[in-house]
Amino acid sequence: MSSPIVHAHHAPTGFIRRYIFSLDHKVIGIQYYFLALFSVFLGMALSVLMRFHLVYPDAKVGFFETLWKTGAPGGIMTPELYLSLMTMHGTIMVFFVLTTAPQSGFGNYFLPIQIGAEDMAFPVLNMLSFWTTFLALIVMVAAFFVPGGAPLAGWTAYPPLSAVGALSGPGEGLGQTLWIISIAIFSGASLMGAINFIATTIDLRAKGLSMMRLPLTCWSWFVTAILGLLGFAVLLAAGVLLLLDRLAGTSFFLPAGLLVNDQILNHKGGSPLLWQHLFWFFGHPEVYIAILPGMGVASQLLSTFSRKPIFGYRAMVYAILGIGFLGFFVWGHHMFMSGMNPYSAFAFSVLTMSIGVPSAIKTFNWIGTLWGGRIRFTTAMLFALGFVSLFVTGGISGIFLGQPALDLYFHDTYFVVGHFHMIMGVAAIFGMFAGTFYWFPKVTARYMNETLGKIHFYLTFIGVYAIFTPMHFLGIAGNPRRYADFTNFDFMGKLMPVHTFMTYAAITTALAQFIFLFNLIWSAKKGKPAPMNPWEATTLEWTIPSPPPFDNFAGHHPVVNHGPYEYSVPGAPRDYTMQSDPA
Amino acid sequence: MLLGAVIWVLTVVICYIFLGHYWWFPPPISQHGQFYDAQFTLTLWVTGIIFFCAQMALGYGIIKFRDRGGMARYSHGNNVLEVVWTSATAILFIGLVLAGTRIWAAVHFEEAPADAMRIEVMGKQFAWSFRYPGPDGKFGKTDLKQVNDQGGNSFGIDDKDPAGKDDITSASLKVPVGKPILLILRSRDVIHNFFVRELRLKQDIVPGMEIPFHFQADQIGTYEVPCSELCGLGHHQMRSTLEVMPEADFQKWLQEQAAQK
Repeated sequence: MSSPIVHAHHAPTGFIRRYIFSLDHKVIGIQYYFLALFSVFLGMALSVLMRFHLVYPDAKVGFFETLWKTGAPGGIMTPELYLSLMTMHGTIMVFFVLTTAPQSGFGNYFLPIQIGAEDMAFPVLNMLSFWTTFLALIVMVAAFFVPGGAPLAGWTAYPPLSAVGALSGPGEGLGQTLWIISIAIFSGASLMGAINFIATTIDLRAKGLSMMRLPLTCWSWFVTAILGLLGFAVLLAAGVLLLLDRLAGTSFFLPAGLLVNDQILNHKGGSPLLWQHLFWFFGHPEVYIAILPGMGVASQLLSTFSRKPIFGYRAMVYAILGIGFLGFFVWGHHMFMSGMNPYSAFAFSVLTMSIGVPSAIKTFNWIGTLWGGRIRFTTAMLFALGFVSLFVTGGISGIFLGQPALDLYFHDTYFVVGHFHMIMGVAAIFGMFAGTFYWFPKVTARYMNETLGKIHFYLTFIGVYAIFTPMHFLGIAGNPRRYADFTNFDFMGKLMPVHTFMTYAAITTALAQFIFLFNLIWSAKKGKPAPMNPWEATTLEWTIPSPPPFDNFAGHHPVVNHGPYEYSVPGAPRDYTMQSDPA
Repeated sequence: MLLGAVIWVLTVVICYIFLGHYWWFPPPISQHGQFYDAQFTLTLWVTGIIFFCAQMALGYGIIKFRDRGGMARYSHGNNVLEVVWTSATAILFIGLVLAGTRIWAAVHFEEAPADAMRIEVMGKQFAWSFRYPGPDGKFGKTDLKQVNDQGGNSFGIDDKDPAGKDDITSASLKVPVGKPILLILRSRDVIHNFFVRELRLKQDIVPGMEIPFHFQADQIGTYEVPCSELCGLGHHQMRSTLEVMPEADFQKWLQEQAAQK
């Protein structure tokens, strides 16, 4: 190492400063990861209960009553309990899993290291944003335990349903209020995180690490942070307005002439559509907040394990930027059926199709990266390849939904549920699994178990296809989403075998996730010891010991001389040239 | 290696089920429905071919380029290929939207014919109500304070307005076959959604707005109307039917209803 040595920083020695209220980005990253891990198992449990109820709506299950006395009298789940499970499943998964783990978890841990920095730009802000997120989770989960239970208005919380209090249904009282407060707190936390990520990426890059030498993971975290900054600011404002409508008698989202539950309301002048515009102005970029980091991880891994440079690095960067930019102009495609001016649907649909173009570029480039490679099939790579497959499958159904004409039938059917679960749900989660297997040796100095990893991968990969592909057929048959059961309509009866199949697929896939949980915990203690650079990868995190020292580079300032994906360079001594190798 | 085969098998199975139409649309009952199905089929073929080729290529790459020793090819990409596939997807995707624009325009930009029959739709937690203007051809004024669901007045038809005396309300939507219908969609509490699968039509019903929505059904029959926007705990029970009747039967029904007034 030719870089000059400055004084190394050491970790605080007290337990609380070191592990609880830590300023170390690595500890905070792990805290975020475990918060998301708790949330994803909670969200998954809720989804299994939902799937069970959809197929056996009259089943008496004793422990339902133990958990929810009023929601499941006699052990039979009520429709309102089903809807509150659905609302909480969506909310917890979107905010506390898909927003939290890929960006705040992995990004926190690896962004500073991959750019050669000691820590994030604002360590105190970083700690605050984690603990604020934690508070938001507590408030959200508390909604289950208040009178009336958790809200039933869905994760999109459309007013008037979400704005008129307990009149519109159980859970719409205190439960919905807590939901809004939690989302507002979460927005604040995400804003703090976003500022930190942006400042860190711009200011703290190592010497020689120009933007066009950034690993694609860093690019995706950077653009995701910009989306978060612009999106969560709007969601925060919308949440405050909704809270005012509920608590202060304002009428931002409530029109005159409402008669809810035999009671005439005193609101006038508001518009339910205003909420939808504000919500989706956040909500659509949110989809990219969930998926962009996964794209970054997939790119990094496909290159590493194919032993090839990423195909079209510049095109990949422009595609990330293009997706991030266009992501703010397509929110109207969630509202084709909302009653907004139908002429705007034309603009929104053309822009929506345009965003398919950079997405297609990414897919082609991933496949191009494999071409001519020497693929090493680690579990991490399997998940990255699985990500590409799911991204294609989930993306392609968007070509139907992005057309207002076809949305005339598909809006609010299971076709939509299948689409967004494929792409925003499981593709993003495959990105997280890939990242976990890939970086685990850096965090713990041990490998995760490959045999367990591969069993878990195949069960999950086939499992998610078995759960979510049939949803497209249900959608084509016209099955509406957000129905607590399907017993009231003749045409839905014929679809029940499909629902039953999906429920069993969901239960099996959910059980398979315990293999992962076991692998994670077991490998941390007993896993095979891993060297500093187990995958023979090129980026800066693989130049430092595992686990990394408190200040990452132990006082050194790394200097970057190469692009991020220099694999199999002709004439080089080995098949990978690290970013910090001499020029 | 194994993954490549798994991706191939999944792709073939998915394509097979799509081609088999095992769970599919009900037959359309309007001209719009036929245009809709044509646009869907076009989109299905375009996306289906992309889906099939992309997954097959992925599976092939996984099998073909597994590590068998030797060096990988050193390449940073190919600008010609980038330009080709970028323009190709742009043209295909935007072309699909443009192809479907006429369908959307016919539903939303074109006004209903002047002789269309006007029917008001009221959505409320968790039932539907439909109002016909009666022999005078005029809807009476409404007043929230006079709403009485048990008494059959879900619209709150104002008893002081003579135009409302002959208004007919019904729990199901009855229309004559082959005649243009103009619905006026209203809600008095939360957002609902009017959906008829066989018509290939769907529209949110938003409190505070009166949304016009026109269609023409060409097949006699009874079709289910499921609420398709989450409206609360009884959302899954919010059912009505669209009954498309021969003209004579429909007129007879109208007269019977008017006679009861």
